[in-house]
Amino acid sequence: MEIRKTDTVVNLHSRPWSAMMVLVVGVFVIIFGIALSISVGAANIQLSTVWEALVHYNPNRTEHAIIQDLRLPRSLADVLVGAGFAVAGAIMQGMTRNPLADAGLLGLNAGSAMMVAVCFAFLPGLSYNSLILFSFLGAAVAAGLVYGISSLVRGGLTPVRLVLAGAAVSALFTALSEGIAIHFQLGQELAFWYAGGVAGVKWSQLKIMFPWIAAALIGALLLSRSITLLSLGDEVATGLGQKTTLVKMAGTIIVLLLAGVSVSAVGPIGFVGLVVPHVARFFVGIDYRWIIPCSAVLGGGFMLVADIGARMINPPYETPIGVLFALIGVPFFLYVARKGRREFS
Amino acid sequence: MNGVERRKNVQRLAVLAAFSVLILIVFVISMNTGFSRLSPLEVFQTLFGMGTEKQELILFEFRLPRIVISLLVGAGLAVSGCIMQGISRNALADPSILGVSHGAGVMVVLYLSFFPTQLDVPVLFLPVLAFIGSSLAAALVFGLAYEKHEGLLPTRLVLTGVAVAAGLSALMTVLSLRLSRELYQFVAVWLVGSIWGTTWDYVLALLPWIIVLFAFVYYKALVLDVLSFGKNVATGLGASVSKEQVKLLAAAVGLASACVSVSGGIGFVGLIGPHLARRLIGPNHKYLLPASALAGALLLLTADTIGRTILQPSEIHAGIVVAIIGAPYFLYLLARSNH
Repeated sequence: MEIRKTDTVVNLHSRPWSAMMVLVVGVFVIIFGIALSISVGAANIQLSTVWEALVHYNPNRTEHAIIQDLRLPRSLADVLVGAGFAVAGAIMQGMTRNPLADAGLLGLNAGSAMMVAVCFAFLPGLSYNSLILFSFLGAAVAAGLVYGISSLVRGGLTPVRLVLAGAAVSALFTALSEGIAIHFQLGQELAFWYAGGVAGVKWSQLKIMFPWIAAALIGALLLSRSITLLSLGDEVATGLGQKTTLVKMAGTIIVLLLAGVSVSAVGPIGFVGLVVPHVARFFVGIDYRWIIPCSAVLGGGFMLVADIGARMINPPYETPIGVLFALIGVPFFLYVARKGRREFS
Repeated sequence: MNGVERRKNVQRLAVLAAFSVLILIVFVISMNTGFSRLSPLEVFQTLFGMGTEKQELILFEFRLPRIVISLLVGAGLAVSGCIMQGISRNALADPSILGVSHGAGVMVVLYLSFFPTQLDVPVLFLPVLAFIGSSLAAALVFGLAYEKHEGLLPTRLVLTGVAVAAGLSALMTVLSLRLSRELYQFVAVWLVGSIWGTTWDYVLALLPWIIVLFAFVYYKALVLDVLSFGKNVATGLGASVSKEQVKLLAAAVGLASACVSVSGGIGFVGLIGPHLARRLIGPNHKYLLPASALAGALLLLTADTIGRTILQPSEIHAGIVVAIIGAPYFLYLLARSNH
């Protein structure tokens, strides 16, 4: 008993050294991952050629063109989007004190995916910037629905019921976008994108995505102290002099931004936001000032590695990355659902 | 039997009759709608054997089998949901929410990926395969939600089901990527849920399962009543709880997999059908089971008819229509039942 008690005490403290390690190792993994991700694929490219293409770009060489136009934006998108989903998940888990929160599970991804389908159908040729805006709106509608239902219930929904509400909202929006896709014969275009198409990301998209995600991530870091307080419960946070409503609003906007932008680029990928913050919490403890940056780094690295895996499982075909995450995420979800509540309370 | 009881019985019969009349009305509407227009008069003439050859072809070979299958599938899924809700005492249980349908889907896709050329042959064989798949999924979900001393944990059951369903549909997508284009399309449609088996062969493959299993479940109606009081009361009343649970679950899984093997993973029918029925007719399974069957049949037939007509000439799969109706209802139930 004694030993177990000390164990939990250690777990509850934040561990800056461990967090620093995670950050450093994570950044190395990302750098190495980007190099690897550029070199593997339908055409294998030597690492030395990769370096050459980055330093002395020669547009006449096919390999250089592949690297600059396809592989590099894809790898960078992996990192950005992975960080986005993971931080969105971390903030949601902290704010709602719900170990099962994740943008995919709570229906946010399905909401923005539906808005993208609507844009494809009714507003073809929309600029990518406006697409992001619509995607953001879709995520907001879904979040509004789930939280609206939660607030209708006295005392709020339990974590499990929140997930169920998310599943139903997801089912609704997925059905709507399927309907739109079938009626407007967009099935082909959307299907690939739904399955998590990191492959199609272009520089132009990346340029628009980057400032949004970067701004949201910085916002998340600024907010991280308040989120730690919120994760102790509303009463405690209020007692410590925090404006909980304000923090929750800001947090929600950041989550919607991260989820909306990420989905508009690569489609609704679930479970990243569920798994990564748990891994981060395992290493660094309960302080969101460390959980959020570590989630960002780990999420980026995780996504990158998964994307490399997706290309290598069944070459030359690509396995949709969303599917890969579902296969990893589901057992993890079951594990958290069984054990997680104790950890959090 | 006292007066109150008798009045209740009349009420229940009235509900059943109302459902039947509604089904009949939708049936007639459904017969009249479709890609090629037939006037109601022509439909009746053809039904009584006085139509042209083309009209007969349209009605007897295209529309009628599809309608019959919608009815059977709707009824089967609703009864399956009704049983699952009864034995798990969870108002949110349903074959597709619990991932049971997805288990069947994985088996069907596996079969197709190994014997891709024989899409026509295994009609009678498909329900059996689907049954194996959904039994495995059900065993997994129910096994994970079972605690030794507490029996089935209702909330964990649904949560596990949602996760297993997500995992299995991912697995299906992976399997289908290796398949040909048509089969990929087939899997996509399957996941949405659509009445795709629309010949009399499928009716023949489905009918015996539905009849036999429904008869068995109806025979067990009293046991279901007892089980829905919870493990302790049921044991006290002399039911061997685990044994009966397994038997009834097997029947529910059988019904679901037979339906799913011709309709794909249509969700929410097994949820809404029984709920509607329970509201109108009360918790007594002797009446609840047939009422659920009728409600489910009505729901799916209506959804399929709407899907066929609303965006002609393209067709909305029945599963989408049902989800658009069903998801808000599910949310409503969730919001109500939290406390």
